[in-house]
Amino acid sequence: MSSIWIVRDYENCSGCRRCELACSIHHEGWMWPEASRIRVFMPFPGVEVPHLCAQCDDYPCVESCPVDALSVDSGTTAVIVDEEACIGCGACAKACPGTVPHLHPRNRKAVICDLCGGDPECVKVCREAGYNALRLVHEEMNGHRKLFARNPVDVAKDLAVKLFGEKGEEVIA
Amino acid sequence: MTPGGYAGKWLDVDLTKDKIKEVEYSDKVLEQYFGGRGLAAKVLWDKVGEKYPELDPLDPKSPFMVFTGPMTGIYPGSRICVSGKSPVSMGTVGSTAATEFANEIKEAGYDGVTFTGKADKPVYLLITDDGAELRDADHLWGLDGEKTLIKLNKEVTAELTKRKPNVGLWKDPGMIYIGPAGENMVRNAAVIAKICHACGYGGYGSLMGSKNLKAVVAKGRGSLPKVDAPEAAKLLWRRTHQHLIGRTGMRRQGTGYAGYSVGAETSSEPIRNWQEEWHDEKSYGGPMFEHRFWVKKKWADFNCTTNCMKISYIKTGKWKGDITDMPDYELQAYCGTNFGIFDPEANIHLSALADKLGHSGINGPNTAGYAVELHQRGILKDSDFGFKPKWGDPDTFDRIMRMMANREKIGEILAEGTYRAALKIAEMKGLKPEELLKYAVHVKGIEIGAHGTRSDADYTHDISYAASVQGGDHTSVAVDGYNDMSGAVFTDSAVFCNFTYYGVPQSLVFDFAKAITGFPITLHSWRSETGPRIVTLQKAFLMMGGPDLEWEPVKDDDNPPRFYEPLPSGPYKGKTTDKKLVDTKLQAYFETLGWDERGIPTKETLKKLDLGFLEKSMSKLR
Repeated sequence: MSSIWIVRDYENCSGCRRCELACSIHHEGWMWPEASRIRVFMPFPGVEVPHLCAQCDDYPCVESCPVDALSVDSGTTAVIVDEEACIGCGACAKACPGTVPHLHPRNRKAVICDLCGGDPECVKVCREAGYNALRLVHEEMNGHRKLFARNPVDVAKDLAVKLFGEKGEEVIA
Repeated sequence: MTPGGYAGKWLDVDLTKDKIKEVEYSDKVLEQYFGGRGLAAKVLWDKVGEKYPELDPLDPKSPFMVFTGPMTGIYPGSRICVSGKSPVSMGTVGSTAATEFANEIKEAGYDGVTFTGKADKPVYLLITDDGAELRDADHLWGLDGEKTLIKLNKEVTAELTKRKPNVGLWKDPGMIYIGPAGENMVRNAAVIAKICHACGYGGYGSLMGSKNLKAVVAKGRGSLPKVDAPEAAKLLWRRTHQHLIGRTGMRRQGTGYAGYSVGAETSSEPIRNWQEEWHDEKSYGGPMFEHRFWVKKKWADFNCTTNCMKISYIKTGKWKGDITDMPDYELQAYCGTNFGIFDPEANIHLSALADKLGHSGINGPNTAGYAVELHQRGILKDSDFGFKPKWGDPDTFDRIMRMMANREKIGEILAEGTYRAALKIAEMKGLKPEELLKYAVHVKGIEIGAHGTRSDADYTHDISYAASVQGGDHTSVAVDGYNDMSGAVFTDSAVFCNFTYYGVPQSLVFDFAKAITGFPITLHSWRSETGPRIVTLQKAFLMMGGPDLEWEPVKDDDNPPRFYEPLPSGPYKGKTTDKKLVDTKLQAYFETLGWDERGIPTKETLKKLDLGFLEKSMSKLR
């Protein structure tokens, strides 16, 4: 099945967090980093990891939802949250190998990237600034994506070693 | 109704009584003083008032402000501003640093914190959506900056996860903290953020140290505050970024190429305590840092596309493991050429060391360089240091910076900052103060930033420092009393970064300010009213001074003796600062701001700027 996907080049991430701002402006109407579907973790300065849904091929979050509030958009392959149905139980966050979903700070509903219906805002601002830490590609659905559904602090530990060698193992506790 | 851009609540923390309350400031005060540097000056007056001259900045009664402004987080380049009575100048400085702490505290629902009192043992303040609390910092006291950040990140993230485990992953908090220099009350110590950013000028690290306050940490989950005209603000946000993205030079190099060019081209870089200002050491060119050490070339702060920062890392050799920024120009100069060092690797090490110790990388090294010149001239001896200091030797300056941070040997005196060290050394050696002060490069206590005035080829000239209420602070220089009123005094009060300000049309910036706050802000209103109001209040504090030090009007509104010596080398050899110009422009500056010929604000000016509360104190000075 052909689909779109957001490639992450973590070492290109500048930490500007315009993705958080563009996403929340689009979905919430105002700058709200903690309501953003993409959040940049920085467990050590210089080691920035944008954390967002990777659209796993087996969608463990969708499977885990006790009220069927999650579904898959056949066009974009993104996970869609039915806010009315969602009860904020957090099962999807637990089922996700990377604990990507989080609860909206105001209404406590699950917040998951919907790829903006096919034209992600985060990619646009990242490209505009010349960082290209987030890039849109067209590719087949595949099993590699699930490996990006990873705890961002674990990703950061790897990235720290990539940047700092042995020292990288010391900078994130 | 809170004006746009503000969360609308500030915290007031009494560290002695362990009491925290929430306060508000009136719309009128917010419109008049804005935030950051301006609002902190007003709050300081409200808390201390006419007793200001009697207040010792390091006394528990001394307030310490950590303030954002209405534009923080919304306008590109999120920064925090710290202030209070400066232990260095005895006036106030709006001292800023880039940090996510600034937007996190607003997302938690607060615009800032004022601390008074002193905790009986080390603490840090944690601010979340649920309020603020003081937490034990015994286990953090004594740790260098890097270790402090690593420990606090883990500890706070774990604690927040424990309290609310079912909201998804908790992101790391924002924080500002001090290192050993601040803890030991090195007078010009910095408040550090993100490993290598610092609120450097003003010595506020020592203020935190005097209160046993190790760090201030914030994690909020709210939105950034609502603004007056959100649709306009969103449009202006995009347009501002378009301008910043177009600044390719700044984004590529940051200020990391200036370690060479400020020496070679504008002949205004400190070398061996400003004995020279010109060099042509190609070993110190930007690419020599870039090729071997810049592991991350585009590093930004919250809501910033200037990304002037880069990350430097030393992978091999005796300083393997040192992480810092590129370093920025000021530290390339002060932790490098000022020490007679033209080796990028040594400079990166000494910059990283300054960061870890919690020194201001400008002010601390100014004092260290001063000490080595005194040794050069036979005033200080090997025995004062415990070794023989040498220009150009990284180990010399590594040791001196550590001695200062820990107050060991001559470090005990050097920890008082260049000006007070000069006076103390004069006393110690039985010499006249002038004999020591002639080598001290400071203005009103504040060690001068790495841009000299003698060549006149840089942006700093005759009265840039001499007339400035923030002394040697190169980020906030005096120009003419009108144009400079919309410079750093604006960005330090709005609180956002100078480097997301310059290069953006000022009409856009001030439209954005209006769209955020709803205040009738224009470039002219800031230049003729708000800026002068804040700077006049700062001038009043500066000239009141005390308790043990007062600056003399006009005499101390001057450059240090070194800046009147002719440049000894380079294309501007023989040139120096023009004293006659300083005298003339100083008077013009005073006149433009409505201060008398001694620089004391007049009664009419105080009335015009709604600063009538200063009249009694100013009449004592006139």
